[in-house]
Amino acid sequence: MDSLAVDLARFQFAFTIAFHIIFPAFTIGLASFLAVLEGLWLWTGRDVYLRVFKFWLVIFALSFAMGVVSGIVMAYQFGTNWSAFADKTGSVIGPLMGYEVLTAFFLEAGFLGIMLFGMNRVGKKLHFFATVVVAIGTALSAFWILSVNSWMQTPAGYAMNDVGQFVPADWWAIIFNPSFPYRLVHMVLAAYLTTAFVVGAVGAYHLLKNRFNAAAQVMFSMAMWMMIVVTPIQMLAGDYHGLNTLEHQPAKVAAMEGHFDSQGPAPLILFGWPDVEAGETKYKIEVPYLSSIILTHSLDGVVPGLNEFPREDWPPAAIVFVSFRIMVGIGVLMLLVGVWGLWSRIRGRLYESEWLQRASIVMGPAGFVAVIAGWTTTEVGRQPYTVYGLLKTSESVSPVEAPAVWASLVIFVAVYCIVFGVGIFYIFRSMAKSPDASQGVEEGVPVRTAGITPAQALQPHEGDRSHDS
Amino acid sequence: MILDYPLIWGFLIAVAIFAYVILDGFDLGIGILYPTTKDADERTLMMNSVAPVWDGNETWLVLGGGGLFAVFPLAYSVIMPAVYAPIIGMLIGLIFRGVAFEFRFKSSVERRPFWDISFFAGSIVAAFCQGLVLGTLVQGIEVVDRTYAGGWWDWLTPFSVMTGFAVISGYALLGATWLVMKLEGVPQAHFRRVSKYAALILIGFLLLVSMWMPFINESIMEKWFSFPYLLYTFPVPLLVAVTTLVLWRALMSDADYTPFLASLVIFLLTYVGLGINIFPYVVPNVYTLWEAAAPDSSLKFLLVGAVILIPMILAYTAYAYYVFRGKIKSTEGYH
Repeated sequence: MDSLAVDLARFQFAFTIAFHIIFPAFTIGLASFLAVLEGLWLWTGRDVYLRVFKFWLVIFALSFAMGVVSGIVMAYQFGTNWSAFADKTGSVIGPLMGYEVLTAFFLEAGFLGIMLFGMNRVGKKLHFFATVVVAIGTALSAFWILSVNSWMQTPAGYAMNDVGQFVPADWWAIIFNPSFPYRLVHMVLAAYLTTAFVVGAVGAYHLLKNRFNAAAQVMFSMAMWMMIVVTPIQMLAGDYHGLNTLEHQPAKVAAMEGHFDSQGPAPLILFGWPDVEAGETKYKIEVPYLSSIILTHSLDGVVPGLNEFPREDWPPAAIVFVSFRIMVGIGVLMLLVGVWGLWSRIRGRLYESEWLQRASIVMGPAGFVAVIAGWTTTEVGRQPYTVYGLLKTSESVSPVEAPAVWASLVIFVAVYCIVFGVGIFYIFRSMAKSPDASQGVEEGVPVRTAGITPAQALQPHEGDRSHDS
Repeated sequence: MILDYPLIWGFLIAVAIFAYVILDGFDLGIGILYPTTKDADERTLMMNSVAPVWDGNETWLVLGGGGLFAVFPLAYSVIMPAVYAPIIGMLIGLIFRGVAFEFRFKSSVERRPFWDISFFAGSIVAAFCQGLVLGTLVQGIEVVDRTYAGGWWDWLTPFSVMTGFAVISGYALLGATWLVMKLEGVPQAHFRRVSKYAALILIGFLLLVSMWMPFINESIMEKWFSFPYLLYTFPVPLLVAVTTLVLWRALMSDADYTPFLASLVIFLLTYVGLGINIFPYVVPNVYTLWEAAAPDSSLKFLLVGAVILIPMILAYTAYAYYVFRGKIKSTEGYH
């Protein structure tokens, strides 16, 4: 197989999965958010929760549809472009994906219709049940697909048969392979944070227009709680995930850190450019000891460098190095916004602080960027293997000629940009509609009856503006 | 207890693919039939009749593809490159029609025709490509040393193009009879007429395919024209003929449900006939079920889940259909 076809197939996979991951990363968090909102509505009877629920339900439906259709593409990519991989690993990871379909996809699809269209047909409680089931389905889906991905990173529980296929030896070891628990926690938290920042940005946008908009206040307040609570947990989870990677994929960590030589104590390179030809990271700004502290939790622990490994086993160091810094940098910014939000809340100015709201809008897409940067780090860091250390990427592709892969790549890029571009535009437009004027408010119930928040109670005459659309 | 796991899984995958064909068949069919009416409200009714269930219907396609990957990885790995272009075409078609369910109601009225075209074109392309895949598989693909060895245009033959059109007409029939069941009044009468045309075209294609197929593939010839086999195969066309009569009479009367049910039976019989032709192969004339199967440990592991979960899936899917049962009254939706 010529290397052009391999590169094209890799680029096609990277493109289709990067586009796809945007939607599940958002819908995993959004499904849980919707379940919480509907639960709060049923529990408190406050109409504002229902309005926020219906506002996000429209956006959920749009993103879910795009997630479904871009996901079906993924289910067939293994066969079209990576048939050698499919033949060799199907016996091990195929059943995990089978379980994903059986436990998650059907569950989501079966109850999504009721969630979207069934409120008047099944009653409130059963509708709430459907929403919760959809949320559970999204989480189960994450469970199985991350197990598959983790097995490719840290394969375990397998044997090889005489035609070179991986065959299962221990299912427990396959599913709960060494990197799986860390990756699962890290990704699910990432999905929650991604959603929190989107919800926060939309809430902030409407608060800037009218800071007494009760629905916007609910969104913004809930998002701010998520940020301050989940971001620190995510950083901790990321740290553990990094230690796990150091144990199982040290070459990846060396690329992430930009270390060519093993050293202890090792400095943390904040910025720089890993020059693979020269075998050193250029223009670097570093903090002494910090890499050892982070990775070995000791002052002078030895941190491995790329030179420990044969040159042909190096991942593309510069991409891994840069994408990792993008992810971590966004994480730090997320924490700052979270702290800012908490501080404003304590001072009782959560809905008045316009600069916080502007910052939240800027940070709205931050989660998506961080998710894609993080996945780039771990996936490019797995190179040159598909199954780490065992199956080379170059030995995984289909016997399909480069022009065919070219053609399909061009088609995918064009179609995705048009279709999902339009879809994202519709999502933006739905977000821009004021949640207080949004459709589907319960018949005969004045918009604001139960939705009076303390801020509005203090300034009732200004609160009337929340009827603006 | 010793079970023949590859055989069980061959049956289960066949069931999953059949579930996909009939379920997504009628909702793809609705897209295919979009141009038969120009009325925007009627189009909304058509789309809303499947909006709550289309996603679940399409999940069977993921089960078919994912299941093949899991239990017959060798088959999956030689079939997919062989039908590379039709698969890509199908995926692109499914994207355009899938998003239309949402986008049609989000766009401005002036842009709505664009998503109507997207829904129609996506549906018909997806159906045609599925027919191409079917035709290619029946013809047989070239495999050397566990790898697809043919060219990347091998799927394009007169036979596969014909099966492509056959699948379009079949889905159109399913869609039209579904709408007879779900609509009332003028639109219902409209689709009763459409059903008749679709039925005639489909029967024409079925005759054509049945006469052509034995000459494409020798082992099929043997099954249909040699004595012991004949006993199994002969009832199939006979039953198709009987069901077609039932369908026709139902379309001439004012029955609501019978046309759809009769169409489902025609699909089932055709599918069984096809199964007889292909069995015991999973890749016709190349790999049998047993040759392409993953090790028993994989098949057993997934079978446990399938045995527990598939009945649950069928139960809650049936419940979802039950919730949205009956005639579509208005243009209700959450949009």
